[in-house]
Amino acid sequence: MSYQQPRPTLDTLEIAAGNGLLHRRAFLTSGAALAAAMTGYTLSETAAAQQLTDAPWSTKAGIPIPEYATPSSFEKHVVRTLTNPRGEPRTQHARTPHHLLNGTFTPNGLHFVISHSGAPDIDPAQHRLVIHGLVRRPVEFTLDTLARYPMQSRMTFVECGGNSAPLFSNEPVKAGVQTLHGLVSCAEWTGVMLSTLLEESGIDPRAKWLIAEGADSLAVSRSVPISKALDDAMIALYQNGERLMPGNGYPMRLLLPGWEGNMNVKWLRRVKLVDQPGMSYYEARTYAPILPNGKAYQFYFLQEVKSFITHPSPELKMRGAGFYEISGVAYSANGRIAKVMVTGDGGKTWAEAALQEPVLPKAFTRFRLPWKWDGGPAVLQSRAWDEAGNVQPTRAEVIARRGQTKTPVTNPTAFPSQHYNGPTSWAVSQSGEVTHVYA
Amino acid sequence: MSTRRALFAIALTIFVASYVRLVAQDSPHLGKAISEADVAAWDISILPDGTGLPSGSGTPEQGSTIFAAKCAVCHGENGKGGSAAAVVGGQPLTSGIETAKTVSNFWPYATTLFDFTRRAMPWPRPRTLTNDEVYALTAFILAQNKIIGANDVMNAQTLPKVRMPNRDGFIPRFPERIP
Repeated sequence: MSYQQPRPTLDTLEIAAGNGLLHRRAFLTSGAALAAAMTGYTLSETAAAQQLTDAPWSTKAGIPIPEYATPSSFEKHVVRTLTNPRGEPRTQHARTPHHLLNGTFTPNGLHFVISHSGAPDIDPAQHRLVIHGLVRRPVEFTLDTLARYPMQSRMTFVECGGNSAPLFSNEPVKAGVQTLHGLVSCAEWTGVMLSTLLEESGIDPRAKWLIAEGADSLAVSRSVPISKALDDAMIALYQNGERLMPGNGYPMRLLLPGWEGNMNVKWLRRVKLVDQPGMSYYEARTYAPILPNGKAYQFYFLQEVKSFITHPSPELKMRGAGFYEISGVAYSANGRIAKVMVTGDGGKTWAEAALQEPVLPKAFTRFRLPWKWDGGPAVLQSRAWDEAGNVQPTRAEVIARRGQTKTPVTNPTAFPSQHYNGPTSWAVSQSGEVTHVYA
Repeated sequence: MSTRRALFAIALTIFVASYVRLVAQDSPHLGKAISEADVAAWDISILPDGTGLPSGSGTPEQGSTIFAAKCAVCHGENGKGGSAAAVVGGQPLTSGIETAKTVSNFWPYATTLFDFTRRAMPWPRPRTLTNDEVYALTAFILAQNKIIGANDVMNAQTLPKVRMPNRDGFIPRFPERIP
């Protein structure tokens, strides 16, 4: 036992980088004694603690258990933020509150949604999926039919091509992680591999693309290379174990792990194999970002390696100097996250974060780093590497290639461009306020 | 590990690998055959080469009347913009990365205009326009942007031949992934 050894304190922990970033295994290596150090810190804050007594809820039976549970009444603030909450004739967005969540799965009720015409109220018994065009045999599937097929489950993130777009503003938008990065979420999706259904329909050798189309009123359609369809595309029927949420495509959606959210067509009803891309509105116009030279990128497809810190972040006020865990999420369309580095001094020195196992390809990876905040100004930022060797670019690198706005973005929910995957910096003030800055 | 256990581990690996392969590729073939004729009502995809364009036609003048009746309420008089985006005009794309994308300054294919108008417009009542109406509205918008002449007729033959001003303004982000 270690009781004879000197008791470790926050002051004796190994410093890994400037402004008090600790070694990612500081707590693991020091074992239980370190918990005592944390406890000591907590106790020092609550020195005036009173004798414990039973709370009212401990002395009587609790409330009845409902058929379908909802979070505690004390968690009512953990909700998505909505644009267009009255469903007016324009796009609706619901952003995930990353700063109030932890781990890697996004609960279904908090998964982000973008809908260009609301969520259709689809009767699953009447829904049909058709595969046709350049196939050997056009086929139609009901939900009941697909339920008999071999299924697979995979955890994967879905990210809107416009997520993080406020970071194209030439001045930092004063907003938190939900506003800036709320259009990405991660879930376990279960369904039938599209390759299985294409094996059944047969593929005419002339087919190079497929056009996927939804049953929503806009019949949103996107063109997808056949190679992606045969790689890891899924007709997803379940989201974190239950049927898809209406806003996420009930009763079925196309899932293209790692690829631009809008291509993961929701309420999927038709897949047409074709010899050329359809150049639909959303691929020919909307999700084609303009470059500084006046040209535009087309078929961006991938949501490239990105990370951001969720704790601390602007809506979470720091409560005095001492210990905190810095944590956030990292993900890449190009496979697993290999490494995440964190700085506490605006990029001068860096410490490697611990990656929460399991580290899965094309899924959220939670990174964590212990931090002893000295109560002074700090600037936190994370950068991620993926297993394919891609590194999250600096903001300067993104802006050099992609440009930025000429005037500050005033509407934090606007989309000056798309596919920003640079870092996000949080400035921590002496009073514990956290704000979005460029560093 | 004994030789026997090692062999068992290898056999298990092969079994698991082949099982995954089976799940990924073999279909139980439970889908119902359907004819292209029965899909026709849903098949509204228009390709840039004109594949899928229906019969029918329309002129800018016809489109002007339809636009005033069914589109101007959101897109403004003569398409100058309202609660929904303008369909006429547009700044040069070199004005900045956040430049509003328009038919005139951005859209690479005229077929997209027909496709999107037919599948999604008018926003509250999609797929209520006749094919002639969609051709006429497409003609009206293209003529308002001076991409076609005021008397040009749009139909399945003429529409795919329209050359949009920004046709060559695009760079594939990942060329190696384009089939």
